[in-house]
Amino acid sequence: MNRLSLFGLLGLVIRRDLILAMRRRADVLTTLIFFVMVVSLFPLGVGPEPDMLRKMAAGVVWVAALLASMLSLGRMFSADYLDGTLEQMMLVPQSLSMLVLGKIVAHWMVSGLPLVLMAPVLGLQFDMSAQALWILIAGLLLGTPILSMVGAVGAALTLGLRGGGVLVSLLVLPLCIPVLIFGTGAVDAAITGMSVASHLLLLSALLLLALVFTPWVTAQALRISME
Amino acid sequence: MAINWFKYAAPSSFYGLIGKMIPWFAWSSGILFIIGLYIGFFVAPTDVQQGEAYRIMFIHVPTSILSMFVYLVMAGYAAMGLIFNTRLSSMMASALAPTGALLAFLSLWTGALWGKPMWGAWWVWDARLTSELVLLFLYLGFIALQAAIDDPRRADRASALLAIVGSVNVPIIYFSVKWWNTLHQGSTVKFSGTSMHVAMQQAMYTMLLACWLYVIAVSLIRVRSIILERERNTQWVTDLPEVTK
Amino acid sequence: MNWGEFFAMNGYALYVWGSYGMALLIFIIEIILVRHRKKLAVQQLRLLRDAGKEE
Repeated sequence: MNRLSLFGLLGLVIRRDLILAMRRRADVLTTLIFFVMVVSLFPLGVGPEPDMLRKMAAGVVWVAALLASMLSLGRMFSADYLDGTLEQMMLVPQSLSMLVLGKIVAHWMVSGLPLVLMAPVLGLQFDMSAQALWILIAGLLLGTPILSMVGAVGAALTLGLRGGGVLVSLLVLPLCIPVLIFGTGAVDAAITGMSVASHLLLLSALLLLALVFTPWVTAQALRISME
Repeated sequence: MAINWFKYAAPSSFYGLIGKMIPWFAWSSGILFIIGLYIGFFVAPTDVQQGEAYRIMFIHVPTSILSMFVYLVMAGYAAMGLIFNTRLSSMMASALAPTGALLAFLSLWTGALWGKPMWGAWWVWDARLTSELVLLFLYLGFIALQAAIDDPRRADRASALLAIVGSVNVPIIYFSVKWWNTLHQGSTVKFSGTSMHVAMQQAMYTMLLACWLYVIAVSLIRVRSIILERERNTQWVTDLPEVTK
Repeated sequence: MNWGEFFAMNGYALYVWGSYGMALLIFIIEIILVRHRKKLAVQQLRLLRDAGKEE
């Protein structure tokens, strides 16, 4: 039996989780529909003046993306936990962090990426300019993976708890505030004609930081929760 | 004279030690509160810019500083419990959390009451107030996670990990909020204002010390109850004088 | 300075006393709660001990 390389393991976990997600397409769609619905509620709540909508578009899309990604966090580990797969995964000789990273990437592709792809359509609802839309997408592309990574820590900590769904939002949302600030800040800067590079670079820095630390922290959290 | 400090890492000896220390902390805290309030209200002169309203600072600043400090101490104890597997440090962490949350709440409350006459609004999205609000959320998350887990060992370890992640995040959150605030041209009224009178400083430091001692006293009482609750099946707990009486 | 003037705080009475009043209230409530928790813990221990004796 040949030993699996780290990246081989990564690919394997991502493929497995994607196949599982594709078998339950309804879950993916629910998150996406929630996202669209929350964003569409805002004009109904604050009124349809285009000026105001343009101003708040980025914030609304970002907050809705934040909430939508919280919804799907519970699914990241719970199915594997319930059927015992997770226990087997922790016995794998390869690094648990890498395995967790694979699950995070798969989770992002299923629940984060659709939000990014949907965002331009919603931006048009809010009459955003093409330039602002591009910045919004770039920010979401950099930011939603961070949400999945930080969310993974929360999901691992609350594994198998009663009312875990609400609890995980309570734990994770405060930690996501910087992402929200830089993501919406980039769009604001683009609208006012300032440089967007600093915002996007800071988001990238956060992404790298999260990439380095969160898989390991999540692995530790899983060990704590599975004891 | 060498004192064996590790002796007090065992809950049984620690329980007795802090039982003797609590009254000292409590009484000195009370006395310092009286002194601090006396200096703050009768000795310190009226501020030129802010009038009498600046006297809120004597309670606002200590609670704000301590709410942040307590979070770090709590995360430190939690980390110690996680790394060295010492039960007592995890108990200290969970004893500090409610006090920290109350301090954060008090800091927000007094900040709002100071802001109304100064800024003309109860709430301004000032960088410090916003960070304090996030800090309150972090405390609530810590308490909620601990309350949701039935097994105390898992609760300790899980919330310790959360506290560590939170304390790494606190600076990032603070700077991002500060940056966001300057971008949106937030209010620029400073809390400390012009150069502080000596009596004002004395009042501030006395109140800070008083609040600090209060936090120590209250969390030590709380940690004693936590020790009793968790060690209820051990012999030394059943032999305690307050139980056998 | 008389007491009426002192309590009026030059028009800032609501804000100043609101702050200190809330602080006092929180501190008192917290003290009552921690002492109550201690009492409950000791009481429960006594109950446990008595239950153990009867067996």
